[in-house]
Amino acid sequence: MSDAVIEFRQIHKSFNRTPVLAEMDLVIRPAETVTIIGGSGMGKSVMLKLIVGLMKPEAGQVLIEGEDIVPLTEDRLVRVRKKIGMVFQGSALFDSLSVGENIAYPLREHTSMSEQEIRERVRETLSLVGLEGIEDKDPAELSGGMRKRVALARAIALVPRIILYDEPTTGLDPTNTEKINELIVDMDEKLGVTSVVVTHDMRSAFKISDRIALLYQGKIAFAGTPKEIESSDLPLVRQFIAGTMA
Amino acid sequence: MRNAALAIGGQSLRMLELLGGLSQLTYQTFSCAFRPPYNLRTLIQQVDHIGVKSITIGGVAAIFTGLVLALQTAYGLGRFGAKAYVGLIVSLSMVRELGPVLTALLVGGRVSSGITAELGSMKVTEQIDAMRAMGANPIKKLVVPRVLSAMLVLPLLTVMADVLGILGGMVISRHEFQVDYRLYYNTVTRNLTLADIVSGLGKTVIFGLIIAIVGCYKGLETVGGTEGLGKATTAAVVTSAIIVIISDFFLTKFFWWLEGW
Repeated sequence: MSDAVIEFRQIHKSFNRTPVLAEMDLVIRPAETVTIIGGSGMGKSVMLKLIVGLMKPEAGQVLIEGEDIVPLTEDRLVRVRKKIGMVFQGSALFDSLSVGENIAYPLREHTSMSEQEIRERVRETLSLVGLEGIEDKDPAELSGGMRKRVALARAIALVPRIILYDEPTTGLDPTNTEKINELIVDMDEKLGVTSVVVTHDMRSAFKISDRIALLYQGKIAFAGTPKEIESSDLPLVRQFIAGTMA
Repeated sequence: MRNAALAIGGQSLRMLELLGGLSQLTYQTFSCAFRPPYNLRTLIQQVDHIGVKSITIGGVAAIFTGLVLALQTAYGLGRFGAKAYVGLIVSLSMVRELGPVLTALLVGGRVSSGITAELGSMKVTEQIDAMRAMGANPIKKLVVPRVLSAMLVLPLLTVMADVLGILGGMVISRHEFQVDYRLYYNTVTRNLTLADIVSGLGKTVIFGLIIAIVGCYKGLETVGGTEGLGKATTAAVVTSAIIVIISDFFLTKFFWWLEGW
């Protein structure tokens, strides 16, 4: 019995007969922050979608707290998804709902909290991401950085044990990038969650990660602490750090 | 020759894929439609969005169809000295065929394109994925209220279209062909049967289902960003119109069979 929170075992996933992940293995332990780096189209976001069951692999197992979620139906996946919060690349806030309603969405879906309790929880999560008092705003009124933070507030509303971040700093200016990085570190410290971050941004990766995993040609080519990555002699790793990898 | 065979084969496969997808979505929709929790608030919102906001388009089309129908019918009947029966022809045509089909085509165009645009933009901006990732069922949350409200409001809009069309015919008959209001009214009420009304309205329930399911399916299957969204919206209007027209024939035959013809 492993102590892994998330474990990929021999994952195969392809799109239009083009393999993206092939015999991919990765183990993520409790309360660690693992950043997955790799070139565009290498399957980094696919890994996040496999964790939350939005996609299924053609072969292999995805274990969440020891349970293989690949054979689970949509109905049965709900139990697993309640443990996971996900921040999407484009934030994916519901346009038709206010900020407060967006954050309240998972609470209304999975809890029997009263309106008063929901309002309180929404206020609390917004305060955790440093955005007090914007409950009544529409997502369209927010800047990119604020949208990302609201998406994070929505992801943590149910107090998940795992948070997934898909390109959390892409398209943000340096100040907002820094804020998001601090929030990711904050969430890990305050909530003790396991985090999986997909990013191209090496500065962010070094700042927030306990371990960094490099995805290359469908496999995790290297996984280690930021220090190990920095001191690695592997040409592939060096290339990626130098930003010359295709 | 080979290219023609390939084109026909490809088109047939896409058609089968569409029919399979629509059938599967219909099955999934009804599987979760009658399972709690029920979201009455969303249903009412959709009734307003699909129904109330379609009153103008449906009403205007029905009035002018009634006017034209009376003109053309009276012209034909005049050749046999039977202008007095214009009310009968107008009411039968409106109630059995034109009211249901015109309403389905006009309201369907508006509704299916609107649904596709809404769900399609949610799909391309990952909002549908976000909903699933939060453990919510997009079919229950998005498809069920749209399908049920379309099935509910289309018969109501058709009743309105039937009445307005018949009234339009009445005005034209009186002013263009001097058919007395009372005579028109009597020919309508004495000849129109419950079976005529039921066969017309019965079809609209199915038309409502077709319009909403096609709109939802095209929206949920949208790929390729904003360009894909434009294509999906156009495809939704064309597909729902064609399926409505084809199914109209089979539904008419079905109701004839029920009526014992």
